Amino acid sequence: MGTTDKDPVVVVVELGGGNDYLNTVIPYTDPNYYDNRKALRVEEDEVLKLDSELGLNPNMGPMKDLYEAGDLAIIHGVGYENASRSHFRSMDIWHTCEPVSVADDGWIGRAEREIDPKGENPVGIVSVGYGLPRALVADGVPVASVSDLASFGLYTHSQHQEQRDSTLDLFREMYSPAIGSGPVGEVMSYLGQTGRDALKSADILKEAIPQYKSSVEYGSDNLGQSLRTVANIHSADLGTRFFYTTHGGFDTHASQMPMHSNLWTQVSRAVADFWNDMEEQSASDNIVMLLFSEFGRRVKENGQGTDHGSGGVAFAVGPRVKGGMYSEYPETRAEALADGDLAPTLDFRGVYATLLEDWMGLDSGPLVNGRFEQPGFVTKG
Amino acid sequence: MASRNGIDLMAHLMRRAGFGASRSELEQLSATPHETVVDQLLRPEEQPELDKFEFYRYHPQAESSWTYLHVQMDWLHTMRNGSRPLQEKMALFWHHVFATAASKVGHSYVLAAQVRLFQRQGMGNYKDLLLELARDPAMIFWLDNQENHKRAPNENWGRELLELFSIGVGNYTEKDVFEVSRAFTGWSFRSNESSWRWGQFGWSFDYRPEDHDIGEKTFLGHTGRFNGEDIIDIIVQQPACARFIARHLYSFFVADEPPVPRWSIEAPRDPEAVGMLAEKLIEANYEMKPVLHALFNSDFFKEATFQKIKNPVEVVVGTLKLTGDLDGPDLGWKTIPLECTYMGQDLLNPPSVEGWHTGREWINSGALVRRVNFVADYVRDTSHPGIQDIVRRITSHGQAITVEALVDRCLDLMGPVEASEETRASLITKAGGDAEVSWESDEQYIDVSRKIGEMLALIAGTREYQFA
Repeated sequence: MGTTDKDPVVVVVELGGGNDYLNTVIPYTDPNYYDNRKALRVEEDEVLKLDSELGLNPNMGPMKDLYEAGDLAIIHGVGYENASRSHFRSMDIWHTCEPVSVADDGWIGRAEREIDPKGENPVGIVSVGYGLPRALVADGVPVASVSDLASFGLYTHSQHQEQRDSTLDLFREMYSPAIGSGPVGEVMSYLGQTGRDALKSADILKEAIPQYKSSVEYGSDNLGQSLRTVANIHSADLGTRFFYTTHGGFDTHASQMPMHSNLWTQVSRAVADFWNDMEEQSASDNIVMLLFSEFGRRVKENGQGTDHGSGGVAFAVGPRVKGGMYSEYPETRAEALADGDLAPTLDFRGVYATLLEDWMGLDSGPLVNGRFEQPGFVTKG
Repeated sequence: MASRNGIDLMAHLMRRAGFGASRSELEQLSATPHETVVDQLLRPEEQPELDKFEFYRYHPQAESSWTYLHVQMDWLHTMRNGSRPLQEKMALFWHHVFATAASKVGHSYVLAAQVRLFQRQGMGNYKDLLLELARDPAMIFWLDNQENHKRAPNENWGRELLELFSIGVGNYTEKDVFEVSRAFTGWSFRSNESSWRWGQFGWSFDYRPEDHDIGEKTFLGHTGRFNGEDIIDIIVQQPACARFIARHLYSFFVADEPPVPRWSIEAPRDPEAVGMLAEKLIEANYEMKPVLHALFNSDFFKEATFQKIKNPVEVVVGTLKLTGDLDGPDLGWKTIPLECTYMGQDLLNPPSVEGWHTGREWINSGALVRRVNFVADYVRDTSHPGIQDIVRRITSHGQAITVEALVDRCLDLMGPVEASEETRASLITKAGGDAEVSWESDEQYIDVSRKIGEMLALIAGTREYQFA
């Protein structure tokens, strides 16, 4: 937990599509890298070297700065056994921590239920974007799903405030609990919960906007704008403990070089802007960021792109992160690969466990369905 | 309620097989038997194609599919104003299944061509559709099949063809994915560039025999020098294919199923119904019309009222039909695609090849707020012809009615909407309890109109209204 008296917060940035580990954190002295990546390689003199063996993609300048400042943890070889190479299945596994059967709820939903068992804070979890990632879902746990903070609210065009108030009262009444059974009944209950939470969260969130002033100009891409919304809400101190946002496009089966470069330019800038903003808002000491993708990509390139792989890289960012490298870079020689892919060296649930235990002060076992080696990349309280 | 007849059933059919209908249309349609209306829906070719000449004068860039916003507008306009509702609904169905996204397929001209493929072939034969899909340049580019080479197979299309477009997880192996990819090597596209430099170029399917792996492949136990067509032949021989497509049809047209990734471990909620549809598909050699005929005439369909959460396109187009807004070309079409996006469905731009998660997953706090606000703002506005029609119908007899009757008439004319006793009671209390409303004077008539608009806006916010 934090050394300040503010509650610890996590912001998760999901990189959708399967980020290419090999070209993100580059083993620039490894001959296997150059052998397998003839077209899709970064030349040694372009790599942003971090140590004598590894460096970052040249478009990740701001991330290198964060590493030099000790605020970036690089967590190597994250994944799980018997990787699924299906986007949806693998992402589902990362969300639910259930690699065998198919689960309905997610690690963040479960964690928030520990923190706020009665679901009293409707903005305890904020998802920035359209849709509701399964990682945030758990019975009885409200999630505020915000795409545009400025316009979030029901019946906003009602004629008079008085009329709007009575309309919202009616809405609250109509959405009151009904024990539903059967497929429709269950959805009715879910609708009821969602509607009531929407009412409460709208009231709370509208307080966030006027107090936020920032000199940081975020990029116009969706991650920049999403992180700006996160910064806005976090600095308003509304009790949000988990933020979640996604940035897609990493499924580089073709045109990987320009696409991957562009994506990391965007992500690096958005991350740097966010942390500069957190400094400015004096809100950086109780929040940690996690970036991950649902798998890495195959070692041997395939034309101008790569196929789905297994082991990948995760990043943790923030002043409360113990910067440096964690776990081991998977072996790249052919005999050590898992079906042509980098074999994971760390179960991803250990990454979550570090955040949940060291940072949030929770027991991770039930939340991530087991005990896993924890890389310990964040300062304990 | 087990049996359905009259307006209720016709409203249900038109919501599912189309995008809804006005009360006048429903009254007309319910004068003919259900089966006759189904037959009419199944013969879109007997209805005129929508004349879009004037629409393109309002939105010239839509004529050349300049951006995907224009393609969205064009399609939504056709859904709203065309006379082939089931054709458009089936095209939307296939778009859900064969999800292809503008985020990667930047060339909207070819995305529009894919929509036309679904409109043209969507009610034809599934096997033919699958073959045309394999040749569709937008799909080839979307799943990188132009990078699927003899010396370097690319698995993207091969995988998704099996996982999402035909037989589903659990019915093939990783090796099968690889072999299918090999079979489709050389299936590429080219740009139709010409010496005329202005305007958009389309793309055409381009088979590159020199890039095709002619070696032997083994797929689902069959061995041979398979090319793409052979793979599709083998695919449709699998009972799993019929079951998979049948389950999609059930989920889209009858009642919400869990998301596709659960299908390999969770049985359908009505295995008999899905089984019947699967059998019909095989019996009909994958012709869609006989299957749809069976579906819309079945008891399980008729009894499935309000078993689906409306998707955002249905919410938006349905509201336009209810209110009578945008019944033709209009500059106002520009903002309509964004309304669907705000509710979570960016048409022609699904989040991934998996498509959208439907049913209850359309609902989250943000989407719910958007849905309610959009419909409420529309139906509160008594200047819309459809709302004026509702007011007229309510005030056409006598000069006064109880609040209770007012609420019931509103619930009826807005749907009909089936509200629970609790919801109904709340609405009645809000509207004034056991008072009466009258419209003797002009002033009172205006007041009653406003009250009706407000009541419709409240109904738009009910939980029940989120269902179709």
